[in-house]
Amino acid sequence: MDLAGIADYLVAFAIMGGIYGVFTLGLNVHWGFTGLFNIGIAGFFALGAYTSALLTTSPPDPALFEDFKFGGNWASIGFLDWGLDVWFVLGLASAALCCGVIALVIGYITLRLRDDYLAISTLGIAETVRFFFLNEKWLANGSKGLYRIPKFLGDWIAPENYGYLYVVVVFAVLAIIYLALQRAVNSPWGRVLRAIREDEVTAQASGKDVFRFKLQAFILGAMIMGIGGALYAHHVRFLSPLTFDPMLATFIIWAMLMVGGSANNKGAVLGALVVWGIWVATQSLPGILSDPSFRLFMVGVLIVAVILLRPGGILGEERRVTRLADSDAARPNNPGG
Amino acid sequence: MGRLVTTIQDTARRIGLAWTPAHTSVAIVVIALAVGFLPFVKMGLVVNGVFLGAIIALGAVGLTLVYGILNFANIAHGDYMTMGAYTTLFIVGYLLPKVGVEGSGLGPFTFGYPLLIALPVAVAAISAGAVVVDMMVYRRLRDRGVNTVVVSMASLGVAIALRGLVQIIWGGDIERYPRETRQVFHLPMDVRVPPDAIFITTVAIILVVALYLVLDRTKMGKAMRATADNPDLALVSGIDTGSVVRWTWVMGAALAATAGILLAVYQAHLLPIMGWKFLIPLFAAVVLGGIGNPYGALVGAFVIGVTSEVSTQWINPSYKPAVAFAIMIGMLLVRPRGIFGGGRS
Repeated sequence: MDLAGIADYLVAFAIMGGIYGVFTLGLNVHWGFTGLFNIGIAGFFALGAYTSALLTTSPPDPALFEDFKFGGNWASIGFLDWGLDVWFVLGLASAALCCGVIALVIGYITLRLRDDYLAISTLGIAETVRFFFLNEKWLANGSKGLYRIPKFLGDWIAPENYGYLYVVVVFAVLAIIYLALQRAVNSPWGRVLRAIREDEVTAQASGKDVFRFKLQAFILGAMIMGIGGALYAHHVRFLSPLTFDPMLATFIIWAMLMVGGSANNKGAVLGALVVWGIWVATQSLPGILSDPSFRLFMVGVLIVAVILLRPGGILGEERRVTRLADSDAARPNNPGG
Repeated sequence: MGRLVTTIQDTARRIGLAWTPAHTSVAIVVIALAVGFLPFVKMGLVVNGVFLGAIIALGAVGLTLVYGILNFANIAHGDYMTMGAYTTLFIVGYLLPKVGVEGSGLGPFTFGYPLLIALPVAVAAISAGAVVVDMMVYRRLRDRGVNTVVVSMASLGVAIALRGLVQIIWGGDIERYPRETRQVFHLPMDVRVPPDAIFITTVAIILVVALYLVLDRTKMGKAMRATADNPDLALVSGIDTGSVVRWTWVMGAALAATAGILLAVYQAHLLPIMGWKFLIPLFAAVVLGGIGNPYGALVGAFVIGVTSEVSTQWINPSYKPAVAFAIMIGMLLVRPRGIFGGGRS
């Protein structure tokens, strides 16, 4: 492989790593900061991806398809056509909105109840979303899948170099989400989330509306996952319900968060890149190491091992409550105190 | 009529269901509605739903036992089903033929007598496996006193690892027990009963009766119910919670493994994802019956089984799991503690 080939390979790796980073950040809002157990990431992944793809792709040629009719065709709407591809932002926003609404409904029903009802419900949502896109052929062409999903700023750069542009887009989105989340979780709002995760009753006794905060966190995380799904759709430009199997759309994201470090946004992104790196690097190894079943097994073992041996993951949670208080402040010989 | 109502109430109370007069009136309305609907429903679907319900029941009863006593949602329960089904496949497809024990098409059934040998062996193996997994994973977490959601999380890891293991050993393709095609029984009203379904229902009934006897008549059963009710009180009353936990796993996993084997017989194939896909109906039945209530789960299982089968008369059959999910969500909205209100919400 020559230098350019290696660079292409790295870019392709970085795009998926960055997209997984978005998902891990979303899951971190759920699990890391609030303790919400979402095992249906695949549902929000698919919903986000399909929302953006369906709204922006042009409708199929009626001569070629019998049942499949839908296509929002936002990518060609005139007043948005400034060569800037504003539709991409709208697509991402719609994906986030759609996931947010579903999260609102599910969260509203289950978050008042015991913790694990949410897990069961998210599992149900993931399966239902998959069945929906598989069966409603008029909408998304069923198992044959959706293709010709538009490229963001596709006219700006030659197709063979498009990856170099999209990797910048992905990491820009990742950075915006990361910075916004850092602000959110270090704010009083974020501290309430962590208080709820540690001890719900105490948080309630301190006058916090636990249900409300949990619902907000659930919706926020789901919206981030929706954005991740949309980024994925415009990257691979082909979607089929079979893409969203639990392995690559739920389990691996859990492994990423657990390995990188729950409740640490840096850890979440690091975990995404590390686990994706291992995944890609071992793909070309001989024998059992590259066998998908063995990887599935290892992802399960990894999750259990992290919980048992190193609950904090690589980075672990920063224990400092706020950056305004010096971490030395608690020491007795602190000159200021 | 009055006497009948009192008898129902007494029986219900005896097996631990909080049955009130309100339940009786609701039950009468529901039964009346169901009977009124019957002419518009294909009887065949109802019967299919009962068979499916029997399988769901075995899985859901085990799941609710673990849920009630160990206080966490065991995401790996479906994969215990898968393991049971595949262990049986290993015995009837590989081990027994080595010693010359082979066969299919026993009497009216599609499977042969080797399956009857394999079933108890596989069930015992899965029960032992569940106890080992508990010692390796869940007990350590319990000792550390972590939040129950973390234990659930660990069970997700176990579920993934188990499915990976099944795929490593048997691959991802469809497998079958040695079987022969058999005539289905044709009954009036276009009801078709495959002989295997009779076997499945019989096994389910035997196991549920056995479970009732264990929970109601043995000391361990009483200890289990006490632990489910109030773990701390059970501990200070001198109940050996360690052995309660062990027996819960043995029984829960045994029921799951049986459910897995029966499911593989009923649908006439095995897939590594079969147990994971069954999680939604299982949890729906558990939620319907109230968490930790085995008899509630039994009722819930048949409600889920029949409703999701009958729904295929009007909606696309591939939405069946979604129907189970919708019933569960509806239940959470109306009565989050389950039909009998005994569960914890």
